[in-house]
Amino acid sequence: MSVRGTKIEIQGLSQRYPTRKVPTFNRVDLVSPPGEALAIIGRSGCGKSTLLHILAGLTKGTEGRILLNGTEVAGPSPRWVMMFQAPHLYPWMTVTENVGVGLTFARWGKKEIAERVNDAISLVELQEFAQANVQDLSGGQQQRVALARSLVMEPELLLLDEPFSALDAFTRAALQKDVRSISKRLGFNIVIVTHDIDEAVIMADRAVIMAGSPGDIVHEMDVDLPNPRDRTDPEVQKLRARLMATFQEAANYRKPEVALAGAVH
Amino acid sequence: MSEAATPAGAAGEPGAAGLAAAQGLRRLLWGVAGIAVLAVLWLIAGSMLENNPRTTNFATFGLIPTLEAFPQLWAAGKIQAASIASGYRLGMGLGIAIAIGVPIGVLMGRVKWFQQYSNSPFQFLRMISPLSWMPLAVLVFATWDGSIIFLIAIASVWPVIFATAAGLAKVDPAWFKVARNLGASPLQMLTKIIMPAIAFDIFSGIRLALGVAWIVLVPAEYLGVTSGLGYAIEDARETLSYNHLTALVLTIGCIGYVLDGTLVMLIKRFSWHRGGAN
Ligand SMILES: Nc1ncnc2c1ncn2[C@@H]1O[C@H](COP(=O)(O)OP(=O)(O)OP(=O)(O)O)[C@@H](O)[C@H]1O
Ligand SMILES: [Mg+2]
Repeated sequence: MSVRGTKIEIQGLSQRYPTRKVPTFNRVDLVSPPGEALAIIGRSGCGKSTLLHILAGLTKGTEGRILLNGTEVAGPSPRWVMMFQAPHLYPWMTVTENVGVGLTFARWGKKEIAERVNDAISLVELQEFAQANVQDLSGGQQQRVALARSLVMEPELLLLDEPFSALDAFTRAALQKDVRSISKRLGFNIVIVTHDIDEAVIMADRAVIMAGSPGDIVHEMDVDLPNPRDRTDPEVQKLRARLMATFQEAANYRKPEVALAGAVH
Repeated sequence: MSEAATPAGAAGEPGAAGLAAAQGLRRLLWGVAGIAVLAVLWLIAGSMLENNPRTTNFATFGLIPTLEAFPQLWAAGKIQAASIASGYRLGMGLGIAIAIGVPIGVLMGRVKWFQQYSNSPFQFLRMISPLSWMPLAVLVFATWDGSIIFLIAIASVWPVIFATAAGLAKVDPAWFKVARNLGASPLQMLTKIIMPAIAFDIFSGIRLALGVAWIVLVPAEYLGVTSGLGYAIEDARETLSYNHLTALVLTIGCIGYVLDGTLVMLIKRFSWHRGGAN
């Protein structure tokens, strides 16, 4: 498998749910070069998932546009694949069938599907479960199947919406490293949405902070660390502390009343 | 009692296959035992009819005369002809109910406004006893066959609709999002995601529908038509061949049992829920 990344350009993107008075976010601009792993950090409810859904073409923004390699995103496509917080596997399919489902949608031949699916399953190290019922897998294994299901499409861009938050700390750490190393090996872009600073530090090349109401990108920071990254590495710790401080500062700046509530603790 | 029904050799057998076989055997034995009780009660009732001078005319209702009637009816081709005629009506009626019910159920489950508009009229129509459509059906349809098929269809369409809609309502909406995300066309969404996701519910609905259809079929055939199991029963009553009558009733029971068992198998086959069907 080999893939190339894509240049992501978000231009003046605004979104407003008809049922809410304030827009979710207003005129967001963001550029990510090919192959970059970008983390978007923000408090719950600031519009991260919404932004990711628009990037995936699953919803439309009310204003502005998104360009991938210069072409506007008009709808969902297997070239930009989203991985959700929960695996959402199809329980009537085996692991192999789940992983290959996108290729069957694209009407690939049986043999080609089998080959690509095999590669993807090896990539996430689930060979021995290839024929298993997905309901018999652990949460972490299921999320790895979901990862393989996304990777098998050889996307230019992998969108991750807090994909590991439901997992235990060990599995989470392992998968964070795996996804990063696979993306670097294959060269595709990642946009990961999270409220976990650690996750951003371990996985991203750059982190942007989204805050306020309406939400906006209020800060960004390069995560310039060697690979593979280890949580206990002092360099990682230092960057983590800096990012945390920036995050809090951004939150304070935009929402003083939240800062006050935080100071009581 | 339970010890008596358990084969002593199978109980100690290790392995899942052995265990499943032992369970299957036990279920079979229980089934046979249940039928045997029924048969014994029937035998007793038959002999009571025979020994009471006031009811001795009805003695052929008993088990033995009934069993004797089977070869006669079979040789005359009556069971086959009646079953085929009834089976045709049942198949057509159920087929129409499924062909109409599944798409409507999918619409109800997927399209919110349709669900809101259709729910009350459907619940209302559902509560109309199917046989009360009979006079109307006879007016509208040129043939008796047509009216009976209509009655079966209208009786069995509701369970199919509501089971399909309920199945779809339970489906994780993220499954659709994932499929869309991976490039599924609307048709693929239907055939590869929606149908396998709710096949279990549809078959459960069809099973209920079959029960209702079977109930409607026989009384509907008492009227007008000159073929089918209902007609054959009515005919046997008029010619006072009570053993034929009970043999036909038994046939109805057997066919219904087999059809229901087939659907239970289909439900199990298409159930992806952990712990199996029911
Ligand atoms: N379908 C919807 N209709 C109306 N409002 C919505 C809808 N979906 C989300 N919102 C609102 O939009 C805002 C942003 O939601 P979003 O899910 O994007 O937040 P988030 O940053 O992903 O939060 P979290 O970290 O908790 O997942 C929230 O205030 C939410 O209540
Ligand atoms: Mg979210």
